[in-house]
Amino acid sequence: MLDIDGLTVRYGSISAVRGVSLSVSGGEVVGLIGPNGAGKTTLLNTVAGLLHPASGHVRLDGTDITGFAPDRLLRLGVALVPEHRRLFTDLTVVENLRVGAATLPGRERSVMLDEIADLFEVLRQKWTTPAGYLSGGEAQQLAIARALMSRPRLLMMDEPSLGLAPVLVDVVFELIDQLRTQGRTLLVVEQNAARMLDVADRAYVLRSGEMAASGSGAELARRSDLFETFVGGVAVGTEDAGP
Amino acid sequence: MTELAQNVIDGLGRGSIYALLALGIAVIFGVMHLLNFAHGELITVSGYVAYWVFSAGLSWYWIAPLVVLVSVGTALAIEQIAFRWVRGAADFTMLLTSFGVHFVVQALFFMYVSASVRNFDRPRWITNTFDIGPVTIEVFDVVVIVVTALTLAATAAVLQRTMFGLSLRAAAEDFDAARLMGVKSDRVIRGAFALSGVLAGIAAIFWLMRAGQTTPSAGITPMLKGVLAALIGGLGSLRGAVLGGLVLGLAEVLLRSRLPDGIAGLTDGVVFVLIALLFIFRPGGLITVSRAERV
Repeated sequence: MLDIDGLTVRYGSISAVRGVSLSVSGGEVVGLIGPNGAGKTTLLNTVAGLLHPASGHVRLDGTDITGFAPDRLLRLGVALVPEHRRLFTDLTVVENLRVGAATLPGRERSVMLDEIADLFEVLRQKWTTPAGYLSGGEAQQLAIARALMSRPRLLMMDEPSLGLAPVLVDVVFELIDQLRTQGRTLLVVEQNAARMLDVADRAYVLRSGEMAASGSGAELARRSDLFETFVGGVAVGTEDAGP
Repeated sequence: MTELAQNVIDGLGRGSIYALLALGIAVIFGVMHLLNFAHGELITVSGYVAYWVFSAGLSWYWIAPLVVLVSVGTALAIEQIAFRWVRGAADFTMLLTSFGVHFVVQALFFMYVSASVRNFDRPRWITNTFDIGPVTIEVFDVVVIVVTALTLAATAAVLQRTMFGLSLRAAAEDFDAARLMGVKSDRVIRGAFALSGVLAGIAAIFWLMRAGQTTPSAGITPMLKGVLAALIGGLGSLRGAVLGGLVLGLAEVLLRSRLPDGIAGLTDGVVFVLIALLFIFRPGGLITVSRAERV
């Protein structure tokens, strides 16, 4: 579905992403892991159209979509749950969801709202609460729900578990698992590598802007050598990384 | 007491016009971080439309709707010709661009129309008054207040209920996040300019009805009042802009009637001193918008 080919993204003279290639097939959950500053967010933001690559191509089902504007990409089915969620805090929960469905005709928007209300029980109870008053876990669920409103074919998430209490991290990964069983296509950036490799079909490891490794979740989880450079060295929990 | 009641109505009438101008400025600032010093040009252009339509022998019933249409058209044209090229640029770049637009429009009228004052008749009812008990009320103030209230209610409905309104509020909070949700930046920015054009057009009708004349630099005073009101209210807050307009109008009228005769002429100066004091104690204006700078 998604093919990234030799992508390089620069901030001024610094290359944050250097010649990275990866692919995501329909129905796959693909993880993108790596230490801070590896270029993971830059990569997702470039695919979503917020940044322009210096070189390389992004293709969706074979069509070159490099450099398309975010709203156009969303219409083609590429959605991003951005880093730090970026909810509209002055808008209520339901208003946030409506904006998420900005590309849909009015009737489908109501259908999607019902669907999301069923999927996210917590949010339904806070329908008219301004998003700024939500707890961290609720806010993260809203961020994901908002991105689902456009019925994306490819959903990208940037650090969905960041800053959440452990019990809420569980909620997020259960949600990812649930979306996987629905047959959705996901590309997820995570610092919690162990948990990510657990739910991902495949994963890529990015380090200093370059692709360091790739493989199935289980394969990568066994290669503890890859994770020594991670901040604090705790990226892979021992129970998962054991031989 | 009687005098106070009259002052309040007079101040609210004046403040309503400021509120409409400030709201247009706040809408545009919210969406693209542009403090639009060219907002007064909508009044200038409207003034010449009023003059030409009046010269053609038509009454205010024609002038009023035409002024709103032309104001919207001018706002969209300015966006298309000037501001779309500096979208996403540094705030200071956009600020300078708006000054540029202001001077260019002014120069165009100087060069191709005339530097002299153009007069047109005020509507006859504008000086009518009626009494409620001991209080004498100007019909004009009541009309301005009622029309402004209706306009604000309609604007609120658009912002709260329509998809365009939602997109606008979302984009005002986080433009990139709104784009990620599929909001088209073109549409939301043009919509913001169109809305500011409607609001400025309605303000222009009242401003011109009272002035009965226009010059190439007629837009400066209303622009300054609008920017000041938006700043008083807390730049970026729409409620604040309306509140700021009303506060500014009331302050001007009350000061002018209360200050000793000798310094009543310094009303504007006193207003600025009060604004300076406000910003010392509340640097963010009356309603503080706490939100991250757009990068």
